[in-house]
Amino acid sequence: MAYSDKVVDHFDNPRNMGSLDKNSTEVGTGIVGAPECGDVMKLQIQVEDDRIVDAKFKTFGCGSAIASSSLATEWVKGMTLDEAHNIKNTDIVQELALPPVKIHCSVLAEEAIKAAIEDYQAKKAE
Amino acid sequence: MSDSATPRVFYFDNYASTRTDPRVVEAMLPYFTEAYGNSNSRSHSYGWKAEEGIDQAREQVAALIGSKPAELIFTSGGTESCNLAVFGVARMYAEKGKHIVTSAVEHRAVMDPIRQLEREGWDVTYLPVDTTGLIDLAELEAAIREDTTLVSIIFGNNEIGTQQDSKAIGAICKDKGVVFHLDACTGLDTEAINVDEHGVDLLSLSGHKIYGPKGIGALYVRRRRPRVRLQPMMLGGGQERGMRHGTLNVPGIVGLGKAAALCLEERDADRARILGLRNRMEAAFMELEEVYVNGHPTQRLPGALNVSFNYVEGESLMMGMPNVAVSSGSACTSATLEPSHVMRALGVSEDLVHTSIRFSLGRFTTDEEVDTATEQCLASAQKLRDMSPLWEMFKEGIDLSAIEWKHD
Repeated sequence: MAYSDKVVDHFDNPRNMGSLDKNSTEVGTGIVGAPECGDVMKLQIQVEDDRIVDAKFKTFGCGSAIASSSLATEWVKGMTLDEAHNIKNTDIVQELALPPVKIHCSVLAEEAIKAAIEDYQAKKAE
Repeated sequence: MSDSATPRVFYFDNYASTRTDPRVVEAMLPYFTEAYGNSNSRSHSYGWKAEEGIDQAREQVAALIGSKPAELIFTSGGTESCNLAVFGVARMYAEKGKHIVTSAVEHRAVMDPIRQLEREGWDVTYLPVDTTGLIDLAELEAAIREDTTLVSIIFGNNEIGTQQDSKAIGAICKDKGVVFHLDACTGLDTEAINVDEHGVDLLSLSGHKIYGPKGIGALYVRRRRPRVRLQPMMLGGGQERGMRHGTLNVPGIVGLGKAAALCLEERDADRARILGLRNRMEAAFMELEEVYVNGHPTQRLPGALNVSFNYVEGESLMMGMPNVAVSSGSACTSATLEPSHVMRALGVSEDLVHTSIRFSLGRFTTDEEVDTATEQCLASAQKLRDMSPLWEMFKEGIDLSAIEWKHD
């Protein structure tokens, strides 16, 4: 199975790879997936006035999983929390031309965004 | 196929298929364009020439495994040989009994026919393996019953390279009077197997795993003490002593014969060289922390290196070295992305299963290829560990097994 050029590009040049300070109240962290399933995504957002000003990811998974999370960080940067919450996995599938067996990677990326937003909001609620 | 702008891809997938040795191709060519007769045609020289090629090949293959030429049945490959062995014996001796003993780490060419027989009413004992992939000989002995008609065990595992103690297995089967099928599709390129010394009654072999062409294989069927009989799977022109009907694949068989002859000549030298290269690669990988070799540490085919880079997913590891052709160590059929039954049988933890890749070295693997592939693999692993949240957690001292992972 050959990867799409966009997947290869994200894999070779991952955007926003790294970590933010998970203890900061301005940072929301979402970790989804499981090692025994072969995919774990960590997606972090830094929020100022309801807007995502920075995002980072680290992913254990196949090239498509890495590309999905890399793309997700690229997209959410600059978005409001509501806008980021509305990102659908199908948008990621389309952008990266993921084959059917790799759709779960895009689902995971969508879940990671939502989990990071939830984590941020939970911190704020405290 | 390739152009000068595309960098050469180094081939490390010899247990999937080998390059056909150019000397084999050369031996085959006349049988396409000159001696193209049907080896069953007795009325003209085209048929005689073809038959001569078959006879010579039969002798060459027999010499490789120490059998009589007449004990060999040519087939379309390893899968057909294994199918014919399993179905052929089970159905021929169904009145004597309907019990089969096999292992949990067989190739699907053996496993799936046995499962089919199970659906048809046969009783099957699947012997478990230890963490290195070996069956327990005492368990094998205890599993054989009055109604057991077949023991089918793999010689060298294609995924992890573990070599069963086939001589001891053969001795147990002989002692119990049970037919023993050895699936020797993987490993015959470097390992000496003699059907008498190994106590083998049936042996499957494949052309394209020993630098021969694809689409050709053979099944050794013992003729004396005991005389093993098989129910054929296909019916037709009566070829191959009635056990495998159909016009013989003359060029393929000639190629298999030549490949067998080359293996006999070069096997020991190949083995020493391949083992040296494999060990060099393995040693370089082991310098990294959290790297595990799957399979047996020593009782392992020389070309096999199935290795887990913990916290790095196997498919991405391969993607990070696009100029190296390897197999995912975990997926038995890469299309399904399901962890293989072999890795499961070893008891490799589910998370480690996803981190393995398989290098398999062969006759044409060079020093330069090994060094380049090793370097690229280490670089890919390093890059992906920097990207891995699991590696980060491991480095922070977090116990990953204590985490409750969110998944569907």
